[in-house]
Amino acid sequence: MSTPDDKTKEVSADAGGEEAVASFEGVDEKEQGEGPGGFVILFFIIGFVASLIIGWVIFPKLLYSQKRQPVDFNHAIHVETVGNGCESCHIFREDGSYAGVPKLAQCADCHQEVQGENPEEKIFVEEYVAKGKEVPWLVYSKQPDCVFFSHTVHVKLAGMDCVTCHGPIGESTSLKPYEENRLTGYSRDIWGKSMSGIKKNSWDRMKMDDCAECHEKETGRKSSVQTDKDACFVCHK
Amino acid sequence: MKIDRRCFLSLGIGGAAGLALSPIPWKLADDSAIWTQMWPWTPVPADGETTYVKSACTLCPGGCGISVRKVDNRAVKIEGMEGHPVNDGGICLLGLSGLQLLYGPTRVKTPLKRAGERGEGKWVKITWEEAISEVAKKLGDLRENGESSSVACISGTDKGSVPTLFKRFLSVYGSPNFMRMPSVLDSYELALSLSFGFAAQQGFDLEKADFILSFGSGIIEGWGSPVRMIRAKSSWRESGGKTVQVEPRLSNTAAKSDKWIPINPGTEYALALGLAGVIITKSLYRNDFVKGSTSGFDKFAGLVLSAYTPDAVEKITGIKKETIEALAVNFARAAKPVAICGRGQGRAQGSLGELMAVQALNALVGNINKEGGIFAFPNPGYMAWPDYIADNIAAAGIKKERADGAGSGNFGYAKNLTNRFAETVKSGKAAVNVLFVLESNPLYSLSDTNTVKEAFKKIPFIVSFSSFMDETATNSDLILPNHVYLERYEDVYVATGLSKPVVSLSKPVVSPQFNTKHAGDALLLIAKKMGSPVADSFPWKSYGACLEEILGGKWGKLVKEGFWTDSASSAPVFKTSSGKFEFAGGFIDLAALFAPVNAEGDPKAYPLLLIPYDSMRIASGYIGDPPFAVKTVEDTVLKGKDALVEVNPATARAGGFSEGSYAILKTPKGSAKVKVHLFDGIMPGLVAMPRGLGHTAYDNYLAGKGINVNELIGTVEDPASGLDAAWGIRANLIKA
Repeated sequence: MSTPDDKTKEVSADAGGEEAVASFEGVDEKEQGEGPGGFVILFFIIGFVASLIIGWVIFPKLLYSQKRQPVDFNHAIHVETVGNGCESCHIFREDGSYAGVPKLAQCADCHQEVQGENPEEKIFVEEYVAKGKEVPWLVYSKQPDCVFFSHTVHVKLAGMDCVTCHGPIGESTSLKPYEENRLTGYSRDIWGKSMSGIKKNSWDRMKMDDCAECHEKETGRKSSVQTDKDACFVCHK
Repeated sequence: MKIDRRCFLSLGIGGAAGLALSPIPWKLADDSAIWTQMWPWTPVPADGETTYVKSACTLCPGGCGISVRKVDNRAVKIEGMEGHPVNDGGICLLGLSGLQLLYGPTRVKTPLKRAGERGEGKWVKITWEEAISEVAKKLGDLRENGESSSVACISGTDKGSVPTLFKRFLSVYGSPNFMRMPSVLDSYELALSLSFGFAAQQGFDLEKADFILSFGSGIIEGWGSPVRMIRAKSSWRESGGKTVQVEPRLSNTAAKSDKWIPINPGTEYALALGLAGVIITKSLYRNDFVKGSTSGFDKFAGLVLSAYTPDAVEKITGIKKETIEALAVNFARAAKPVAICGRGQGRAQGSLGELMAVQALNALVGNINKEGGIFAFPNPGYMAWPDYIADNIAAAGIKKERADGAGSGNFGYAKNLTNRFAETVKSGKAAVNVLFVLESNPLYSLSDTNTVKEAFKKIPFIVSFSSFMDETATNSDLILPNHVYLERYEDVYVATGLSKPVVSLSKPVVSPQFNTKHAGDALLLIAKKMGSPVADSFPWKSYGACLEEILGGKWGKLVKEGFWTDSASSAPVFKTSSGKFEFAGGFIDLAALFAPVNAEGDPKAYPLLLIPYDSMRIASGYIGDPPFAVKTVEDTVLKGKDALVEVNPATARAGGFSEGSYAILKTPKGSAKVKVHLFDGIMPGLVAMPRGLGHTAYDNYLAGKGINVNELIGTVEDPASGLDAAWGIRANLIKA
């Protein structure tokens, strides 16, 4: 007779091992005979696939609402007409600060009257210029308020191209729908169109890591001892 | 095969595995992090173009230039204007908090007419047309009945075009009753007209002075023009100028002085006369000036040498005679000594004798009309008003006796005795049917609030031009809300002791936020509505047009630079009959001029003395403390809603009080529950309380906090001038 302790030793040694496996198999076979075997796998797959579909297909549709811009603006046509590229309308003020989306007064300099045949222009002139109402543009690139970002430093000092962050928006003939994150209120363009976060172009995504990546590469600064990258307060003032 | 529990477990596991490989957990974690860091309900200021608008602050009489930073159409910060002759970039706590008055909840947003009982807070919104018509009709009826002189106006100031416009209106309409809120400026103006011989404001070249003897003036607590004075105080530190503070309480000014001399409250005049006596005895006065440019010296010397010897002054003031003698010598031997008075911020008028005594000190050391000394500036002449047309009713009306008695009888010298107004109206001596209230809050700020309330009950129609729901507006019948200073044009004449006259221009920084109207425009509309002959003297289309016309050539400079200074106005002149500085100011009995002012109340029933004090952290004028400023008030002054009074530990011990214990503070005028704060820096037998608390109106940040000291203090009429000479009141602290 051996003690339970001895048995354990045997199992863990060699011959006992097979015995243990066999006994487990024995149990499986017995239950498979009457049990749900295939269904277990099937249900696993159903759950798995359903989750993936919900996560990759339905979730983004629920998370983001689709909003149309108040006026469908044609960037391409304007870039052709103006002389100074993006900065013709997206101006830097005299004090060096960046003005962002043009104010109505700026647009009205040219669009006091309807000039072309585009119905969108007509809407713009009648609904906004005539009424003196600012256009409530939805800004795709709006970042949270906790981030300090200076266009002047990036464009004027570092000589960066607008396209690097904003993409070829200047070539677009129509404004895409604004997809607003229902939870945070920010545009989908910040996270990027791709839910997986895969990015092909520098402008596909504009999260903190994307800023940090470029800062690390371009400035070479490692002002933070903790992260060995640019310090937090460079942007989070 | 059958579906059992395991299948569902498996479904769940599969679902979980799929979930882990989907973006849901990672994306939601990220989004909720952003969400919690940027709560959507937290206001984020909108970005926009930054601009600056140069304007002037009118929240106190200091007249600082301000530069307001705007982001698009929103004012976001008030800063001091660089290069402005008053404050050169500096700004005080109240000035900084001005935006809370512009955007805060206490604004009156549209003309209001009382619906319920007075003070009940029931209002109906009316249009401007209705409001103007109602006032014009009431005024028209009174004028027809020959009661034009029963219309009165209380204004925060009488300088500048808007008060002048109101005064002009009353003159054309037929009433002499334009009054401004009392302050030490009344006493200074009166003293100047007696000793210099013309209507003037006093200027102090304090920055260049080297010995400043202050009889209780809160040099760094809001006296004069607050920012300028704080700067001046710093400049003495560098230039070696000495300051001596004579005051019963260790105020911040006293604490920062080179010497603090505690004095029995209300006896400052005696100290000034005692110092004069020592200076005369020791022949330390500037003989050339006294001989050549003053009159009445012998008479003055006779009085101080007989009645105000150092021994006698020691008995009155409680200051050792050695201290008095040393102070007199130091003062007289300084190169550019200046003596100033006006307790605290100069909110109270004080007795004429006190002012004349202090002025005599300045005359003895000969620092009048010269660098580092004092000046008298003639009343501002920068506005050129066209003559008005007074018909018979107007001519008769303005000759009638004023409701406050100023300018007639015993008070022939006085221009404003607004302190007497409440009493005469309450007692029925003066009948007032309509009262205009402009940029002031008499129901809160005048001493003896209960009497003022009684008087207001006797006035059938009160029109407030206040921008805010202050105590007076709350108790009026009609509110015609003015734009606040950041929404309007207005000239700001600085009458508070600068070394040269300065006029600033208040400009609209933002467009009016509500359905308000410039008080000047409202008045012009009332005049127009009344028709000829009143309207004939008000030909302007708007207040703006009026201002531009009366400023003439200065308008352009004011708009461009924001201020205008008159450097040519300080010619040394005396226009008295003798052509010299008058020590006695025409008084035959000098002893009557320099009579002691006793506090109201029976010393047996009220063994202590209550004195009010001023603080830079508590706005005590027309403007109540905005929330930013309330936050800075120390918890030894205001704890929760409780007011704390300063009491010397010895006095507190005798009464059985310890730090923080509740007490009933009782004076002949009223009583209030207060907390006791033990303070070694106050003389025994005194109780000190700040001005500016105990509002019942304004917003929840201010209303109901502390006690309004004006409710506890009455007026003491100065027999020589009619001014309110009260510096405190007898009081008692009873265990609560």
